[in-house]
Amino acid sequence: MLLIGYGNPGRGDDGLGPAFSERMAACALPGLEVDTDYQLVAEHALAMSGHDLVVFVDAEIGGEEAFSFKEITSASPEYLGSHSFVPETVLALCKTLYGTSPRAYLLGISGHAYGEVHEGLSEQALKNLLQAEAFFRNWLKEFKAGREIADA
Amino acid sequence: MADPRMIEISPVTRVEGHGKVTIHLDAENRVEEARLHIVEFRGFERFIHGRLMWEVPVIVQRLCGICPVSHHLAAAKAMDMIAGVDQLTPTAEKMRRLMHYGQVMQSHVLHFFHLAAPDLLFGFGAPAEKRNIFEVIKEKPELGKRAVLMRKYGQEIIEATAGKKIHGTGAIPGGINRNLPLERRDHFLSSVDEMIEWAQDAVKLARDYTLEHEELVAEFGSFPSNYLSLVRESDGALDLYHGNLRALSSTGDLIFDQMPYEKYHELIVEDVRSWSYMKFPFLTELGPDAGWYRVGPLARMNTASFIDTPLANDAHQDLKKVTGGAPNNSTLANHWARMIEVLHCVEKVKELLSDPDLQGTDLIVTGERREEGIGVIEAPRGNLIHHYRVDEHDQVTYCNLIVSTTHNNEGMNRAVKDVAVKHLSGHAQITEGMLNHVEVAIRAYDPCLSCATHALGQMPLKVELFDASGGLIDHRTQSI
Repeated sequence: MLLIGYGNPGRGDDGLGPAFSERMAACALPGLEVDTDYQLVAEHALAMSGHDLVVFVDAEIGGEEAFSFKEITSASPEYLGSHSFVPETVLALCKTLYGTSPRAYLLGISGHAYGEVHEGLSEQALKNLLQAEAFFRNWLKEFKAGREIADA
Repeated sequence: MADPRMIEISPVTRVEGHGKVTIHLDAENRVEEARLHIVEFRGFERFIHGRLMWEVPVIVQRLCGICPVSHHLAAAKAMDMIAGVDQLTPTAEKMRRLMHYGQVMQSHVLHFFHLAAPDLLFGFGAPAEKRNIFEVIKEKPELGKRAVLMRKYGQEIIEATAGKKIHGTGAIPGGINRNLPLERRDHFLSSVDEMIEWAQDAVKLARDYTLEHEELVAEFGSFPSNYLSLVRESDGALDLYHGNLRALSSTGDLIFDQMPYEKYHELIVEDVRSWSYMKFPFLTELGPDAGWYRVGPLARMNTASFIDTPLANDAHQDLKKVTGGAPNNSTLANHWARMIEVLHCVEKVKELLSDPDLQGTDLIVTGERREEGIGVIEAPRGNLIHHYRVDEHDQVTYCNLIVSTTHNNEGMNRAVKDVAVKHLSGHAQITEGMLNHVEVAIRAYDPCLSCATHALGQMPLKVELFDASGGLIDHRTQSI
């Protein structure tokens, strides 16, 4: 499984994705490969092509809850650029370039302060990060257990 | 008689960051004024105040998600000066160069294949849904895969030299904190010849496009200007990492040559305009009207006496033939120049990988502390200046940055106006294809308008029409 946390830690809560992935990388959970980046780029499609499951982690603007978690599929994006690649685009690139379609989820963690050049997460974003982490660890545990039963 | 009106393209698409173009038409729909606005104030020069000099090369990377390494290295060079170090160890300089060539290579590849290729392959007026990387891949699948692998190669070099893909710590004041292990060297060597071959193909692609569309290239956003870049101290060769400043006129006359970059503030004045957050630099010697200049790949091809890697030098000679050795003023020729630099970078990577200095252990030197440091580098988009002062506690008290896009500000504005006059004037209806022509002119500069705005970086194309009193009379948002 590949986890990609992305965003800019120099833009306040936009750093939620990297903060999450770096925490996960520090835990060195078995079977979980972790990548951290400023933004999604084309070579993430190549990285994904070697996995059957990918979890994207990004800051979410205007989220009503602490975090959201949903399965996503490849789709032609409304806008295609290098500065604003969305997970659906990378999935589509993966399918187009390498002929594989990993199952994919997007974990969006609600952020609140993005505007100024600023390091560090807001207090609320940090709380949301911890809630998202607790959720993800539990989800991962259940997912692995489910997979083991299926493989048995 | 119809009212004068203004067309607004905001934000501009397929460039890095946020920008807005306003085109003012008169009552007969002729272009009266065209401007590129930078709509976000970065604030980084203030943000860095109070930070310790040792952390500056790492922090400044947060300016940009596209070219963090350029900021990392420019800041590190400035901090070398503050640390009293005028000459790095061979291992440190070569590791930094390797990092820089990896960065320039991957950035140029991204721009050419991802942002520019749809315009070049399908035409500036092609339907918007056709102008994207998926269509390029459908047309040329192997090209798409190569682009990904070339970028990956550059990114891996960055990771190996800087320690991490983002927030690398490789360059430190006075040197570098790692060398290149043999296994990493062998990994990169195993595919470097393939990268050179692919880079040669990319040069051919850009060259053929330029020559096959000679008429379009010659007139599209083209105009004479001055050019500025670093060149190698000894002989004026292309040098992306270090050198002295050289400025040329549009006809190739030297305005100044081999000027130490520490004197940049004597050579360049940063002018301001009321309608943009971005400054308008000009060459002091020529004044604000005649002294504006352009930087970037084509500027470097114009200023460099030659290139010190054989394949890129051949390509450079080929490019120079088009203008009989004189500076090339065609904005679109930037794409060709950009691919020549990719080839140069990969050749330099191979040269460096074969150098045992990369495995050296003498990584850092110290000197007599200074209060001021200036670091200049040729970033992918052009000349990049970092200037700092620190106090007795090693805290930054002053920061001035001139990024490549700022140097090119006047040139981009002129390109926008040139294309707007040629392709929009006299038309009562403005089509999306016409608007894309304007964007193509901006994209050729590969501007990084306001880096590192990922979360807010959704950039659909918005077109708004205003009447003479500034009221919105029409608008539309479209997908690219």
